[in-house]
Amino acid sequence: MPEPKKTPLYEKHLQLKGKMIDFGGWLLPVEYRGMLEEVLHTRKKASLFDVSHMGEILVEGSYAEAFLQKVLTNDPGRLKDNRVMYSPVCYPDGGTVDDILVYRYNREKYLLVVNASNTEKDYNWLSDRLDPGISMRNLSADFALLALQGPDSLSVLQQLTHVSLGELKFYHFLPRVMLAGAECMVSRTGYTGEDGFEIYCPAPQAAAVWDELFTAAGSNNLELKPAGLGARDILRLEAALPLYGHELKKEITPLEAGLEKFVSFTKEADFIGRDALARQQKAGLKKHLMGLVLLERGILREGYIVKKGVEEVGWISSGSFCPTLGKSCALAFLPPQKVKEGDTLKVVIRQREYAAQVVKKPFYRREN
Amino acid sequence: MDWNFPDDLKYTERHEWAKMTDQDGEKAVLIGITDYAQDQLSEIVFVELPELGREVKPGDNLAVIESVKAVSDVFSPLNGSVLEVNETLFDTPELLNEDPYGEGWIVRIAITDETEYAALMSASDYHAFVRQAEEEV
Repeated sequence: MPEPKKTPLYEKHLQLKGKMIDFGGWLLPVEYRGMLEEVLHTRKKASLFDVSHMGEILVEGSYAEAFLQKVLTNDPGRLKDNRVMYSPVCYPDGGTVDDILVYRYNREKYLLVVNASNTEKDYNWLSDRLDPGISMRNLSADFALLALQGPDSLSVLQQLTHVSLGELKFYHFLPRVMLAGAECMVSRTGYTGEDGFEIYCPAPQAAAVWDELFTAAGSNNLELKPAGLGARDILRLEAALPLYGHELKKEITPLEAGLEKFVSFTKEADFIGRDALARQQKAGLKKHLMGLVLLERGILREGYIVKKGVEEVGWISSGSFCPTLGKSCALAFLPPQKVKEGDTLKVVIRQREYAAQVVKKPFYRREN
Repeated sequence: MDWNFPDDLKYTERHEWAKMTDQDGEKAVLIGITDYAQDQLSEIVFVELPELGREVKPGDNLAVIESVKAVSDVFSPLNGSVLEVNETLFDTPELLNEDPYGEGWIVRIAITDETEYAALMSASDYHAFVRQAEEEV
């Protein structure tokens, strides 16, 4: 095993007594004070997460849009400058290579933000399919990525700039904002189900931006706290956002993961996986991602088998105790022909069956 | 790290503690998890307890503890039978984090052989054991 990598904020995490773990080859804090408290704090105030492990790939060239049309299931033709789009990337059989964010600077220049553990795989997948005249660069090492999430995020970040951030809409971005002397890119995006921003800073200046956010929050009576990967995982589960490796993988299509909104069958361009996905949609899904809430005491976890009566019908892809709801929730792949919302199913936990109800996703939705 | 390992308790390599109690001449042992164990598990959110009267041998499963992070087993360090379980843990499993040697006790078992209890680790031995385990990480 190679040495795990350190993000530009590694020293900050140690100072803040973060519990460091090796997460897919990166040393990152799983928690600082406790995951449940960090989740609740994010929902009430604001938290800062180091997500510098995410990968960034720059795609440039006159035909960059046509190239992206080919590799994305979503329609980048609908993207305008300074806007962000979420899209799966598929194999020809419809299985998922990755799910990514696409930032459009202009029609010829895009930044793809990819899952950390998929960065190399994605880079190779894309470069093997690259059209002439398009250049691709892996900029992952140049960027640190901070996620500022929670209802107070706007008030916190606004302390660092005169640019009016309140006007920045969801899934829009500002390519250049000066923050703590660093030229950063700021988008109104996140992975928690809360309002928030993601801040791409030059790696050498990341610590200064990190510090300045806490200083500015503190002098304005805003309770910004650091939060770790554990809280991030629970926050995204409560918001029913998929995580690659769990809800999405080579063997799972975006349709099965409930991402049909991000698969554009109406776009003109052909895209990798289109035929397989269209066939799957026509034939009907054999498994579909659904929400489960445990009706008894216990914790739903990844890998647990789900039964309807005596029949095994599916499995849990992510599960946890969800502090915002005060109960255990899970995402599970279940057959839509047999299972409907409102059904009470059984989850097998240590050879015993526990009652769980199929509920509408997401488990948590913020009030606007 | 400064975990608390009271001197009047016995300890196991699986991070349980045991404490001899004498109620009306009846020898019984209280069992829980150590301060180190609760700290490693972090936020505990669910506990599964054994039925009363169950006969246990050393290494038998006594309870299951689930924290946000992980599932972990509590093993019996001794031969005995379950006399009492701490039912308050059903509604307030966080007592295992907050007061592992007090309100967060897990079970009380009746024992037959006191020498088994005497053979468990002392606080200082357990402390050394934990320190070594930490250094290996």
